[in-house]
Amino acid sequence: MWKFFHRLASPPHFYRLAAIIAPWFAVPGLLLIAYGAYAGLFLAPMDYQQGDAFRIIYVHVPSAYLSLMAYMIMAVSGGIGLIWRMKLAHAVAAAAAPLGAAFTFLALVTGSIWGRPMWGTWWEWGDPRLTSELILLFLYFGYMALRGAIDDTAKADKASAVLALVGVVNVVIVHFSVEWWSSLHQGQTLMKKGGPAMDPGMLYPLLGMILGFTFLFGSLLLRRVRTEVLFRERRTRWVREMILSPEGS
Amino acid sequence: MENLAMGNYGIYVWSCFGLTLAVVIFSDWRARLRHKRVYREIEVRIRALEERQ
Repeated sequence: MWKFFHRLASPPHFYRLAAIIAPWFAVPGLLLIAYGAYAGLFLAPMDYQQGDAFRIIYVHVPSAYLSLMAYMIMAVSGGIGLIWRMKLAHAVAAAAAPLGAAFTFLALVTGSIWGRPMWGTWWEWGDPRLTSELILLFLYFGYMALRGAIDDTAKADKASAVLALVGVVNVVIVHFSVEWWSSLHQGQTLMKKGGPAMDPGMLYPLLGMILGFTFLFGSLLLRRVRTEVLFRERRTRWVREMILSPEGS
Repeated sequence: MENLAMGNYGIYVWSCFGLTLAVVIFSDWRARLRHKRVYREIEVRIRALEERQ
């Protein structure tokens, strides 16, 4: 088991393995998204309160879920990098940040567009879910700015890992904000006690979209980590040999 | 047409799906572009070093 992880953490091994695995994440991801989008837009019944506007859920919820998952990947990888000094872990953390920021941006904008017809406003500063999600976007920006500001990669890795770990508090706040405080935002729908509070015709496309987005995120992350590994290892022998080999990469 | 109108919420629903598609395509394009750029930079440096030796 440890041998497997040790081998996986080896940059040349990961670089080659990620190139093979990434398409295996992308294809099921795209198929699931195609199913989820079609079923969500055209087959799912209309919501009795929100009408067809509820269909925004099929892009908003997967984006919001990925905004939190990407942050947790970034923080856990940063933590692993700090404790076990694993170079690959820092590369994963660095690669996850721009993707996390992109999905947080999507969650905020799609949520705002959904809020306009349902709440009568694009934004509500007093709402804990909205505000904490915006803070999450700023945490991603801060993380990327910090990395960019430090030239020494090892120092940048350490400083950004500490920032990522501190920011986990906000992830917890985002997740539980709708339970802890009164909010314009609706409460938990999927992770509710007693099971999801949704009609199966609405639920299955949503699960398809969440799973599809997760696979697609996995594919994008693997490809970004590959680039990060290549950049960090640019002065090593295996990179030189790979580039000079007839196959290249 | 009725499907596209989404009960007068079409502008909200389609703009969200369109924006999501745009962000996903942009993320994919950025990942490809950065990989190409990094690979090319390293390749140029290594080949220059090889020629000098």
